[in-house]
Amino acid sequence: MSDASVPAAVELIGITKRFPGLTANDGIGFQLNRGEIHALLGENGAGKSTLMNILFGLYQPDEGEIRIHGQSTVINGPSRAIELGIGMVHQHFKLVQTFTVADNIVLGSEPAAAGGLRLKKKEAEARVRELSAKYGLEVDPQLRVERISVGMQQRVEILKTLYRGADILILDEPTAVLTVGEIEELMLILRRLTAEGKSIILITHKLKEIMKASDRVTVIRRGKAVGTVRTEQTSEGELAAMMVGRPVTIHERGRRRAPGGIVLEMNGLSMQGERGRPVLHGVSFSVREGEIVGIAGVDGNGQHELVEAVTGLAAVSSGTVRIGGHDMTNRPPGELLRAGIAHIPEDRHKHGLILDFTLGENMVLGGHSSSMYSQYGFLRRKSIEREAQLLVERFDVRTPGIQYTARTLSGGNQQKAIIARELSRGPKLIVAVQPTRGLDIGAIAFVHERLLAAREEGKAILLVSYELDELFSLSDRVLVMCGGAVMGELDARQRDDEMLGLMMCGRIDKRSEEVLGHDGNRPQTVR
Amino acid sequence: MMGTGRRLFDKTSSLVPLISIVLGLLVGAAVMAAGGYDPIAAYRSLLDKVFGSKFDIGETLRQITPLIFTGLSVAFAFRTGLFNIGAEGQFIMGMTGATVVGVTVDLPAFIHAPLAIAAGAMAGGLWGALTGYLKARRGVNEVISSIMLNWIALYLSNFIIRQFLLEPGQQRSRMIHESASVSLAGLSKGMDYARMHIGMLFALAGVALFYVLLWRTKQGYELRAVGHNPEAARYAGMKVSRTIIKAMFISGLFAGLAGTFESLGVFHYEVIAASSPGYGFDGIAVSLLGGNTPLGILLAAALFGALTYGSAGMSFGADVPTEIARIVIGAVIFFVASHGIVRWLLKPDWFRKLNRPEAEREKGAAVHEHP
Repeated sequence: MSDASVPAAVELIGITKRFPGLTANDGIGFQLNRGEIHALLGENGAGKSTLMNILFGLYQPDEGEIRIHGQSTVINGPSRAIELGIGMVHQHFKLVQTFTVADNIVLGSEPAAAGGLRLKKKEAEARVRELSAKYGLEVDPQLRVERISVGMQQRVEILKTLYRGADILILDEPTAVLTVGEIEELMLILRRLTAEGKSIILITHKLKEIMKASDRVTVIRRGKAVGTVRTEQTSEGELAAMMVGRPVTIHERGRRRAPGGIVLEMNGLSMQGERGRPVLHGVSFSVREGEIVGIAGVDGNGQHELVEAVTGLAAVSSGTVRIGGHDMTNRPPGELLRAGIAHIPEDRHKHGLILDFTLGENMVLGGHSSSMYSQYGFLRRKSIEREAQLLVERFDVRTPGIQYTARTLSGGNQQKAIIARELSRGPKLIVAVQPTRGLDIGAIAFVHERLLAAREEGKAILLVSYELDELFSLSDRVLVMCGGAVMGELDARQRDDEMLGLMMCGRIDKRSEEVLGHDGNRPQTVR
Repeated sequence: MMGTGRRLFDKTSSLVPLISIVLGLLVGAAVMAAGGYDPIAAYRSLLDKVFGSKFDIGETLRQITPLIFTGLSVAFAFRTGLFNIGAEGQFIMGMTGATVVGVTVDLPAFIHAPLAIAAGAMAGGLWGALTGYLKARRGVNEVISSIMLNWIALYLSNFIIRQFLLEPGQQRSRMIHESASVSLAGLSKGMDYARMHIGMLFALAGVALFYVLLWRTKQGYELRAVGHNPEAARYAGMKVSRTIIKAMFISGLFAGLAGTFESLGVFHYEVIAASSPGYGFDGIAVSLLGGNTPLGILLAAALFGALTYGSAGMSFGADVPTEIARIVIGAVIFFVASHGIVRWLLKPDWFRKLNRPEAEREKGAAVHEHP
């Protein structure tokens, strides 16, 4: 793919960027050839994003040189980057929800007439159709963005960069938000783009995707480029080792210990959503001591509501939740916490931490009322600090100190902090939702180890995840949810992807062992 | 829980207010010069008025006291994620509550005065809690409800005074009983009869209480948690609605105390007012100026009170009309409120961009409509 006579699309030479107290990029060299997909791999906080922000003109490097198509350049802002043909698709899309697809794509460089007063809507739509056809990026220009799927929104983002004439694309964690099918589709699109002469930088920490999609991989660790390898000449194991800096053992799950007594028991749980729409119906199952029960399903099929019902964050309309034999249906969250529930929420920023509180303060969140942390209404600061310090050390939360706010921590360390806090509560039941979302491989292994260790200690664990590999490697049993109901149960040791897929889209409802029609509709649940 | 010093007065935010004040004074000077007044003479007479005599120093302190309370009130709500525009109404209710007890009840001083103080504090607190209740349980935006409650408070107290407490032939209530007064007669005499009262000590205690409550107690932990992230607070088992009501109650309590001491310590009666006195609104500026930190509020209230009191001197000493004096105050607040401008001016290349001083001046003048 690389040709010595053609200069590289992007060449970064000795890029160094320092922030107060941290060298985010330390003399990084990086080369993107024309027409290649080059993956940039590294743990959270390794410096990938900083490097790409430098390339996109959001940061200025302290040292080093940037060459675009062989020309040494200073990129002093995103508009200069766009001029140079660099386009960036951020992990969190930047689209105007109420605008149409076409409006979003042309936004900022609209084809206009009458001195900019009239937007040539037809022309804009035609241009979008043309681009869309050329690269196989299927979108409907007239739909409003709030109505389209996440996968299509991403295609809109890519089209946006192409519309501005980008031939160097930076994709930041593009698969983080996509479903399995959408990921496959994205991979095809990327291939198509490179065939048309575009060059692509793929920022990710998912090894599988790298192996599948990229031509070359550059690994960054602690601000330094560790090396660049051809994808076909490497393996997941080698990449993981490069990324973490030591060999990583893909986790072997511990010997299955016989589950004990029932900790969580749900019976006929139903919940009404907005406008009386049922979001959970007739959910019944239990979780025992020393057992991990996984919940599989496409996002939005009642998993969220199930968790809310168990943790007391939303009220159920019928059915019971029993914890340790006590009826805890519709009890407030505080009471459930005290009854021995630990909750590792899906959204750690919104629900798991108070980002502007110090790490120390966050470490007692939820447990702050216990006599260990407060007395006569006053906080026992010494005790809080001591405990927080202990947890930080025990769970290897990397921070300059517990007096720094949680906001300053990297995503992986924030998650470690939450897990440290929740496990230290001494819970009977752990509700973990997407516990490794957005984490790098080292942190994922850590989280998995801790959950398995908790299981060995006899905790009951309810695990909700959209990562099927994670679900099946950790769980003892997997329940599949669809349309707010449990379709059935699978033994985690015998993974059957076909059966799983059918259950996830509601084609098979194991409760009645009935294969439903192929009209594609969601099954009517049997009562 | 650490970094106490930083929390009391944030270092990063201490330089900006300082420069803002200077800029505000400069803009004020420009306005005075443009209007044909001598700014140097004006600022000199302002200082004279504030520090000129024992009486003036005492009266400046008197002016500062309610501003500390209302500043704490607004800041306390703010720390809990609420914008309390209603400190004005809570101030009035506090004043009325204290006046009612001061006028109608007759008890020995050692019970009467504390009772009157408690009544004023409670009246303000409950008035604030009403806003909190509407927000927490009925989803009413606290800004809207508290603005409305300001007017209701004003007319409700006017009604109470006219109906139950009216001094015949006057537009004010009867005098409170001597036993309810919290004036410090001895100190007043020493200060050439400036109106000194015990509220000043309460205000200082309030500053300390503000800190202890928010950062040392479990309640404060929950209040701040709800303020920063109500969702995470709910996940952590806190009762968010109850916390909001509690926060507004405490916020109202502070504002109520401001009114309480105006009645019990300064005037010893309450007038039927056509419009509200404005201490509550000034409290918003004070909390902003003080960066919602306890020490910051103390300093901001001192500055604000001194400017307000001293501006009278500007009219006397340099014939500057009160309107212009208010422009100066407005300019200071304007610059403090617009951190961005000051940060931008602090950049080394500012002089290249600063080519339209008139625009700056207009912006300064545009806020002279100070509430």
